Amino acid sequence: MWGRSRRARARTHANAGDDRFVAELRASLGGSAVLDGTTESVVYERDASSLDPARPGVVVLPKTTDDVVAAVQIARRHGRTIVPRGAGTGLTGGAIARVPDGTAPPVVIVCTRMNQILEVDADERVAWVQPGVLNLDLSKHVASLGLHYAPDPSSQQSCTIGGNVANNSGGPHCLAQGITSAHIIAIEVVLPDGRVTVLGGLDPDPAGYDLRGAFVGSEGTLGIATKIAVRLLPIAPDVRTIIAAQILPAALEMMDANCVRAIEDWAQAGLPRDAGAVLLVEVEGPQHGVAADAAAVERICRAQGAGHVRVAANATERALLWKARKSAFGAIANLQPNYDLHDCVVPRGRLADVLDEVTKVVEAADLTVLNVFHAGDGNLHPLVIYDRRVPGVVERVHEVARRIVEICVANGGVLTGEHGIGLEKREFMGLVFSAVDLDAQERLRSVFDPDRVCNPGKVLPSGSRCGELHPGNGRAFADLPEGLWV
Amino acid sequence: VSSTPIETEALVAAPPNGPGWSEALRRFADQVGPSGPVRVVGGRTHHAVGGIGDSLVREVRAPSGGIVHEPSELIVRSGAGTTVADLNSVLAAAGQQCALDPADPHRSTVGGVLCVGWSGLRRLRYGPVRDLLLEARYVTAEGLLSRAGAPVVKNVTGFDVCRLLVGSLGTLGLIGEVVLRCRPAPPMARWCSGTVDDPAALRRKLLQPSSVLWDGRTTWALLEGHRDDVLAEVDHLRKGLGFVETAGPPPLPTAGRWSVEPGALRHLRAPSDHALDAVRRAGPFVAEIGIGTVHASVAAPARPIDGLNARIRLAFDPNGRLNPGRSPW
Repeated sequence: MWGRSRRARARTHANAGDDRFVAELRASLGGSAVLDGTTESVVYERDASSLDPARPGVVVLPKTTDDVVAAVQIARRHGRTIVPRGAGTGLTGGAIARVPDGTAPPVVIVCTRMNQILEVDADERVAWVQPGVLNLDLSKHVASLGLHYAPDPSSQQSCTIGGNVANNSGGPHCLAQGITSAHIIAIEVVLPDGRVTVLGGLDPDPAGYDLRGAFVGSEGTLGIATKIAVRLLPIAPDVRTIIAAQILPAALEMMDANCVRAIEDWAQAGLPRDAGAVLLVEVEGPQHGVAADAAAVERICRAQGAGHVRVAANATERALLWKARKSAFGAIANLQPNYDLHDCVVPRGRLADVLDEVTKVVEAADLTVLNVFHAGDGNLHPLVIYDRRVPGVVERVHEVARRIVEICVANGGVLTGEHGIGLEKREFMGLVFSAVDLDAQERLRSVFDPDRVCNPGKVLPSGSRCGELHPGNGRAFADLPEGLWV
Repeated sequence: VSSTPIETEALVAAPPNGPGWSEALRRFADQVGPSGPVRVVGGRTHHAVGGIGDSLVREVRAPSGGIVHEPSELIVRSGAGTTVADLNSVLAAAGQQCALDPADPHRSTVGGVLCVGWSGLRRLRYGPVRDLLLEARYVTAEGLLSRAGAPVVKNVTGFDVCRLLVGSLGTLGLIGEVVLRCRPAPPMARWCSGTVDDPAALRRKLLQPSSVLWDGRTTWALLEGHRDDVLAEVDHLRKGLGFVETAGPPPLPTAGRWSVEPGALRHLRAPSDHALDAVRRAGPFVAEIGIGTVHASVAAPARPIDGLNARIRLAFDPNGRLNPGRSPW
């Protein structure tokens, strides 16, 4: 756990009001479910972004929907704001307990103890789960039934389904199967007023507006998901994973030369160390279609001048290739102590140009960038690595971050493909949305949370920048759990 | 770009009512205007869904045409008033498709299908229509042009207003132009039908059926994909279960469209105390196996609805001017 190194800084900052508040929470949820600003709550002061941490006032760890209702009601009675949280693997500060000035100190509602898989209907391929179930645990749980949960963010060993819902998470296989929203069919939600409702349903066309769709990706600003119905997919009868080197990105996952070398030093997956870039392509489905598609991929790669094309010979080799892709983060940690990770989407046809522009901007700032990303979706993840002890480097990293966003928007792209807006990109929302567009989003927000108590200060920009944001003091790799990546 | 772009514009974020909005969209916004009741009309194939509305209310139509297909991006931009058949023909020319799948594509418009939010018979394979909409340019109740989403396939920038618009029957905003997700058209498609004891079990046995339908006696399956995979599965159904190839799906009853949990479809087999017994008694029906949509000879009952819905409508259209008399619940 990365937060423990900060134990020395832990302190209490309770006052009489806090005491009554905490006592009520303890009476309702049980003593072990409430942490009140002492040592244990330190681990909840940040997420996996490079944004400044913020100490939660009080942390609660509910186990049931009733616990969440109680926590929300008590928080509301005491005029507290609420910050929902999963495993804290978010990359844009969405779970950081920093609220706008003048807002009551937040209670962080951590859903990791709500980790039960409640029901699996193998016939209809649906599972009800609590929000704290880990993404990979769900797929493992249903694997014996020949099923899996398709969205696979690279942090899937540690991220929760509830967090995936809040962020509408992506992952390599979302290219074919769609992002989280396409796999969530119903959500039990505790609304910011403490009322419980179900959005969506197990039937195909629930009555009313698609509030389920509006809730997915709302980053904890519309309420707290307490039970989630996910769609499960059959494991494909045939799958082939192909790696191809030295071509322009055409499909799925790409790793650039810096990245490949770092990964090989770390994971020894047999990637070609001399390649300018490696493309990881996977096709799946019925036998004949897979054979035809795999042959086509191979043919296209060779026609484009790929240096090597290798098809994973078996499940072990396939697993190793994916391990290489998903462990890129740990690998890169060997190169520099700090990083700034980006997430933007551009039309696929613009990828090569955008990569060139980003590289130029980064190099002009005398920094290093590595790229490992979802090429098939046009979803870039430039990773700028640096050493924050070097004078002036943090300022350069900030400037590069702003320029990368501007480059993507100028190329018809958006601010974020899968990491979300959180605290990090609120100030950029005006680059892609007009005041009228943002007003529609505000209206949606206001219906669910008229008093702005649920994750205030996230997603939508405030009227002014009002000093809420202090990005980029340099998150250190050493602080992070293994397996954490995009 | 595979088609003839009519009224094209650059695919960049643009401020409303400024440069970047097509002339057609601006005209549409002017027609809607800032006040007075107004209703949007497409092909009138589903104009009674959610209430017939007030026929005296002023009608507007979304722009048609404006199709810009980008096959390599797997996206297509289109005026909402374009018929689905016109869109399909542009996509088919490049070997792609977009599974809007209304019953009457020559009359139904792209915007109409999205407004009503009814998915077609291939939902089992391609998902619901709500997942197809990447960007919507729409006119607000204040008569302003607004944009939700963006023309990229993966996007979590802000709240997902696109999802709210699909199935809203034009009560939150009037869609003028959309960007939809496309996919390669399958090289082969075959319908076949026969009799099985448990159509749900058949659906699980098939590799990736695009549709499995059941009318209480006969089961239909649509298989799409690589030629050899499709033929192998058709062959299996023919030899193993006595299925025959058919030209297409059965005619669908239109008096009612029920939405039930797919597991509940078993109640259609024999008399039961489930609500679906009304469907079984009313006459012919066709159920979408694995989905839970039932095309029935009797109207579906009204369902309870959370108060959030009415508040959403009020927030987006405080004066109730958009499609008065119609409601998605």
